[in-house]
Amino acid sequence: MILGIDVGGTHTDAVLLEDFRLKRKVKVQTEENLLAPLLKATAELFRGEDPKKLKRVVLSTTMSTNAIVQRKIERVGMLLIPGPGLAPGLLPALPDTHVLTGYLNHRGIEIAAVDPLQLEGLKDLLRREEIRHLGIVGKFCTRNPRQELAVFEMMKDAADHASVGHRLSGHLNFPRRVSTTYLNAAVWKIYRRFVEQALAFVHERGLNVPIYILKADGGTIEIRQSAEYPVQTILSGPAASIMGILHATNGREDAIALDIGGTTTDIAVFADGVPLLEAFGVTIEGHRTLIRGLRTKSIGVGGDSAVRYGDGGLQIGPVRAGPAAALGGPCATPTDAMIVLNLASLGNRGKAEAAMQSLADDMGTTRLQAAQAVFEETCRKIAASVQDEIAAINNKPVYTIHEMLQGKRLAPERLFVVGGPAPAVAPALGRLLGCTAVVPDNAEVANAVGAALARTTAELTVHADTERRSLSIVEEGIVIDIPPQFSRDDAVRIGSEKLREKALRMGATGEDLEIEVIEDQSFNMIREYSTTGRNIRVKLQVKPGFVSGRVEGTEHGQEEA
Amino acid sequence: MDKRKRRTGLVFFPAFDWAISPSHPEREERLLYTQDQVFEEGLLDFDNIIEYKPGLATCAQIDRAHICVPDAAGVVTESHLISAGGAITAADKVMKKEVDNAFALVRPPGHHAMLVVHGARGFCNVNIEAIMIEHIRTQYGVRKIAVIDTDCHHGDGTQDIYWNDPDTLCISIHQDGRTLYPGTGFRDEFGGPNALGATLNVPLPPRTSDEGFLYVLDNVILPILGEFQPEIVINSAGQDNHYTDPITNMRFSAQGYALLNEKLAPDIAVLEGGYSIEKALPYVNVGIILAMAGLDYSAVREPDYDPPSLRQSDQIRREIEAESQAVLELWQRREELKDKVAGDARYVKRKKQIYYDTDGIREYQEETVRICSDCGGLVMIDSIADTGNRIYAVILPRRVCRVCRENGEGIYERIQKGQYRHIYFQDKDNDVFRVRP
Repeated sequence: MILGIDVGGTHTDAVLLEDFRLKRKVKVQTEENLLAPLLKATAELFRGEDPKKLKRVVLSTTMSTNAIVQRKIERVGMLLIPGPGLAPGLLPALPDTHVLTGYLNHRGIEIAAVDPLQLEGLKDLLRREEIRHLGIVGKFCTRNPRQELAVFEMMKDAADHASVGHRLSGHLNFPRRVSTTYLNAAVWKIYRRFVEQALAFVHERGLNVPIYILKADGGTIEIRQSAEYPVQTILSGPAASIMGILHATNGREDAIALDIGGTTTDIAVFADGVPLLEAFGVTIEGHRTLIRGLRTKSIGVGGDSAVRYGDGGLQIGPVRAGPAAALGGPCATPTDAMIVLNLASLGNRGKAEAAMQSLADDMGTTRLQAAQAVFEETCRKIAASVQDEIAAINNKPVYTIHEMLQGKRLAPERLFVVGGPAPAVAPALGRLLGCTAVVPDNAEVANAVGAALARTTAELTVHADTERRSLSIVEEGIVIDIPPQFSRDDAVRIGSEKLREKALRMGATGEDLEIEVIEDQSFNMIREYSTTGRNIRVKLQVKPGFVSGRVEGTEHGQEEA
Repeated sequence: MDKRKRRTGLVFFPAFDWAISPSHPEREERLLYTQDQVFEEGLLDFDNIIEYKPGLATCAQIDRAHICVPDAAGVVTESHLISAGGAITAADKVMKKEVDNAFALVRPPGHHAMLVVHGARGFCNVNIEAIMIEHIRTQYGVRKIAVIDTDCHHGDGTQDIYWNDPDTLCISIHQDGRTLYPGTGFRDEFGGPNALGATLNVPLPPRTSDEGFLYVLDNVILPILGEFQPEIVINSAGQDNHYTDPITNMRFSAQGYALLNEKLAPDIAVLEGGYSIEKALPYVNVGIILAMAGLDYSAVREPDYDPPSLRQSDQIRREIEAESQAVLELWQRREELKDKVAGDARYVKRKKQIYYDTDGIREYQEETVRICSDCGGLVMIDSIADTGNRIYAVILPRRVCRVCRENGEGIYERIQKGQYRHIYFQDKDNDVFRVRP
């Protein structure tokens, strides 16, 4: 048995799976104290069950996300080593930021050293300000972590925690690494408390099974391993829903996933059955980060979008003025249109009709025609956004002639729709997009199911510079010497070994280690017309997907078109 | 620093899988460190910097700018179609007002490719700016365009293509041709008889620094642009004037490049040469992108940047001032010079020997221009290369006058196949390209 729990903003969904199939589901209100609803939900799920049969627990939590959104975070002393380049005024504006001397160039060669005296002075300042959490980030630290580590060594005694940039991502993007490091340090304390509580909770229930936390990339991480990198667990909510929908696909196709909520519709796309990741990382509360996350596009159209008629014609959203008129809301919504058209039945039909009538009067048409127009415009807007998203993915810049000419183009043939209005809009959306539309079964707990079945994912970046005889996998803190004849194949081999170790440490099981090379470049370095070395860049990942043993496509649901 | 933010399009195509040969300066590694710097600085995250995927140029687009022997498909590889396509994408985004300006950071370059193409010269097969310019004119009806070639090498290809076009102002600033490839680009090359002054060259002495480049910009380029009033300004943006470039001798810096682009404010910049791939390109490109986007570039500098050691001598300063003054005077006298150049002749001939250093081809060419006061003038080209290919081309300019058209069409009909492998007819006015085999 697997227990999957998705702690959302309003509801906590919990599911119990047996033989990878849904056995039981519950929905309870989310409360301020996250653990109380957990206890309540699991008590219900386990009624009459043998807890010893439980193999694992997967939690998707809004803990870090909420802390950031509600600003319940720690003050962080940010120690930056930006060197020359972008003007400091263009970096993310964070409080308590201090710019250190020191400078690495793009090959990781030290041009200027860090000044120990400056750090001594900062220690005093941090003490006076009572700042106990630090973020240390240098430009191009991913090419050479030495300067960041030097600062860490000098400052660690002055803080409860210091997040170090190079451990959080191997990608190049200094401003994003600054934001990522800041957020990690800022939620470290509150998240650590959550980990302790969660561990106490399973202990209390007498469960002796691994506990996993869902990450933004739709993969899981063993809870103790997540404690130092809490920022990876932000925005795991949308990831849970996408993984839930992915569970309904056959696992190999190009497909579109739509989650139609009250205010917004989230669009995600699968390429050959793999959910797409954000190019650089997820964005939260205006902070652009390097956190691997599933790519979603959110548009301001949902079942409760306010409908207006004016000079520009019919306007659907992007604001939500309240629930549907049928449920006592203030104005007409797409949901009311669906009620009038007999595509949905909820709330008070009379109120829905009245709202549609008032809109019809503005439009100079009949109630039925107005409802039809609202319904069609809603579907048209969603379909247009889906098409834009697919075009954006297909037009993503590539940097080699090979990719330019041979690059895969997405051509989804199936559309998966979840959310309240899903059954009503799926057939029309399918027609507009030229896809077969599917509404998966148990869509209301797809998120918890998705979380329950997600496998552990990990990524790492190998950078080898044979001229400098050095190889680094900075996220893992690895810097080793290499011989001059070191090759791209050697880099892939070492990378795969280290990724395997990393994934196992994070809680993966051997059979789920589907490792793939996602970036692979080797450049001859020529100086004065002769080869002086090779510059090798390899990125590997464990693909987002499901734990092994699951039978693919078992929960297909209704094909609507 | 208070600057006006602009929306800047970036077409980045480093062609990480293409090289002229493994150890050639124009190789896979060339934009690798530029990519690293651009990514690490987070430039693609700015809301006003938008990255676009390049399109693929077509042979029909190349045929508007070139006479390719035997044909366009025969002289290019996919890489050229992508770099020309990248320039076209940059232009489209600007012309459709999706962005205020755009930078095509693409390779391979193009500014040494001339009107007739028998092969590759100066690392260039086809002229990506010219292909872009012809696209802009065909697609958007733009007439007056200025190309400011800031590559360290004379933009001889672009000059050759627009030699007889009074509507395309080509100003090239470069290291003196007596000291550097391609050995041309002197002040006395200032356009064909119907387009005098539309080609201008400002050769600069070796070791010219930021001060010298900016002097020419302020005292020659900007005033002449003010008079010419182009609808579109293009920077043919080579980066080999940098003080670390291995194959040139200038002392320009990343700060200088950024300031030049801020002042010139090109609508479109297209990367040309620049082979100091580690020490210059990462910083110069970041500087140019920030300057075009109207963002603060004051903190961009090379690791070994030391302004006092890069200062130009007084002697160089005086030479630059004198050259600038002479070029300005030439520009001001462009109308009266026409009589002197053409006299009573009805046609003017120009003989050229062109060496294709990259492919080792030698070409002999005779160009004949009809002296015309109503249009750019009919052009006829007789070209033979030591590959054995000899071709003849009749070219009608845009807004061709009736007489030039009738003459040109007549010549194309009458010319005997004889020893010519192909006879070409490029009618720019009607966007027609014909080849008689």
